[in-house]
Amino acid sequence: MHAIEKLLAEKAGKKFVSTGEIINCEVDLAGINDLYLQTVRSFFEIGGKRVYDPSKIIMFLDHYAPPSTIIQADNQKQFREFCWDQGIDLLMDINQGVCHQVLADKGLVHPGQIVVVTDSHTTTHGAFGAFGTGVGATDLATILLTGKLWFRVPEIIRIHLEGTIPHGVYAKDIILHVIGTLGADYGVYKAVEFTGTAVAQLNISERMALCNMSTELGAKTSYIQPDAITMDYLNQKVSRPYKIYHTDANYQYAAEHTFCVEKLQPQLAAPFSVDRVAAIEQFIGRKVDQAYLGSCTGGRVPDLAVAAKILAGKKIHSRTRFVIVPASQGVFLEAMKLGYVQTLVEAGATFVTPGCACCLGTHEGMIAEGETCISSTNRNFPGRMGHTKGEIFLGSPAAVAAAALEGKIVDPTQYID
Amino acid sequence: METKVTGRAFVFGKNIDTDQIYPGRFVEFTDIEEVAKYAMAGADPKLVQEFAKGDFIVAATNFGCGSSREHAAITLKAIGVGAVLAESFGRIFYRNAINVGVPVIVCPGISTLVAKGDQLTVDIVSGQVKNETTGQMIQAEPISDYMLNILTSGGIKTLIKKELEQKCGSR
Repeated sequence: MHAIEKLLAEKAGKKFVSTGEIINCEVDLAGINDLYLQTVRSFFEIGGKRVYDPSKIIMFLDHYAPPSTIIQADNQKQFREFCWDQGIDLLMDINQGVCHQVLADKGLVHPGQIVVVTDSHTTTHGAFGAFGTGVGATDLATILLTGKLWFRVPEIIRIHLEGTIPHGVYAKDIILHVIGTLGADYGVYKAVEFTGTAVAQLNISERMALCNMSTELGAKTSYIQPDAITMDYLNQKVSRPYKIYHTDANYQYAAEHTFCVEKLQPQLAAPFSVDRVAAIEQFIGRKVDQAYLGSCTGGRVPDLAVAAKILAGKKIHSRTRFVIVPASQGVFLEAMKLGYVQTLVEAGATFVTPGCACCLGTHEGMIAEGETCISSTNRNFPGRMGHTKGEIFLGSPAAVAAAALEGKIVDPTQYID
Repeated sequence: METKVTGRAFVFGKNIDTDQIYPGRFVEFTDIEEVAKYAMAGADPKLVQEFAKGDFIVAATNFGCGSSREHAAITLKAIGVGAVLAESFGRIFYRNAINVGVPVIVCPGISTLVAKGDQLTVDIVSGQVKNETTGQMIQAEPISDYMLNILTSGGIKTLIKKELEQKCGSR
């Protein structure tokens, strides 16, 4: 069996599971975010009175942090009251940041866990050897009530990334290239494991970006087998005991794809689909109205670090805005300590409170009709960050920062030592 | 739930994401009447004016990819969609749709066999689709028993409620 199957089997109280089987699993950590008051409504509509286990529930007020309408404020108020009433101590209020980064920062995610959040990018937690998946509000409400959720055991695909990662190329470029090659629906209903020498070179932040973007392949979950880099991170952050599962040597994947990254150039996904991917050289010179650095995909400390490096002592282009949203309070504090915030504000960047902000086009950095944005986030669908005729290019944090500097799309490689 | 439905088709392409089905800026709304106003607003803002109860959404591959927002399923339920027929679905949308009681039917090739305004008759249980306008029969993949049970119970909420009541009753 695969490590993912062993994990699922144990959570379902079984010795063995097979692809396609529907199983009922215990959920170790269930997260709700502030977009989905329906979760609380569904809980009561089903007949819920008390949640199954308040210690296994976490509430994130991240998508509307801080609220910009009365309705958002009222929804958050209802969430807080629900947490207080139900004894849910893990209430991550508007000062904390994006759910996935907060889980990582606080050491709440670790190998061998099932983490379910009402957020599609919960695949991020494969970076820690956990089974992370996103669900809707009512599915989450059933977890609140029963502590369990049904899953179809997925086919498991191996994406093998080989070679030394070139200068100026990041996990974001690699995963965009994979999505562009395989298609935005390739991984639907499937689990994706990332292996290979290129993965071994990635730090935790980059692994999170890789696993996060597997959602844009349609994947149900993703996985990276914990190694020395994972253990180093876990040893600093996680105090609870956990179990690491291993894949049997003779395990047969449903499919395997190998990508050599040695000659990969920086990539961009062009509007309006994450799989419209090409090397950045195809888009050089394209005017950029807004550069956006942030989100659970591209708003971590190393992402701000590369932006600070590119913009140190310089000014952003006079006709471009540069919106920066640290993924979490932890990221923001660290970036301040390291001087990145100072450098970037002096360069002309606009900082926004840690949270989801404009990644999903609700507030804080909306784009107008006919504008172009280059973003380190995960989606470029029509209307994703504002007007449906506003165009979004997705790229690495380096590509975003370099575009902010020049006011147009450029190859970031030349701006990094 | 009616298992045989007749209505007109509204046809879309591939990768219709949840931002097109229900744009992010409307996610703060929770009342169903409000949520109903923005169905498919990111892909076809006029749809809600033309759509009648029982009509179908037809799409190519990966319909409902993207966000976990249940609003995408709720809004289609709210406008009375007869079923969503697509060549494949985003997985969270698929679960959400079944949970709220919207029939989602995987139907290979459907986007090339149906044009906007075609009249369709769909048998949700057998997966048989008849294009009344062209006379063509199309065989969709039947919905699995597990999902069908949720759907015919009126969605996951009704089903769980019933299960809990039975549990309490048997004590």
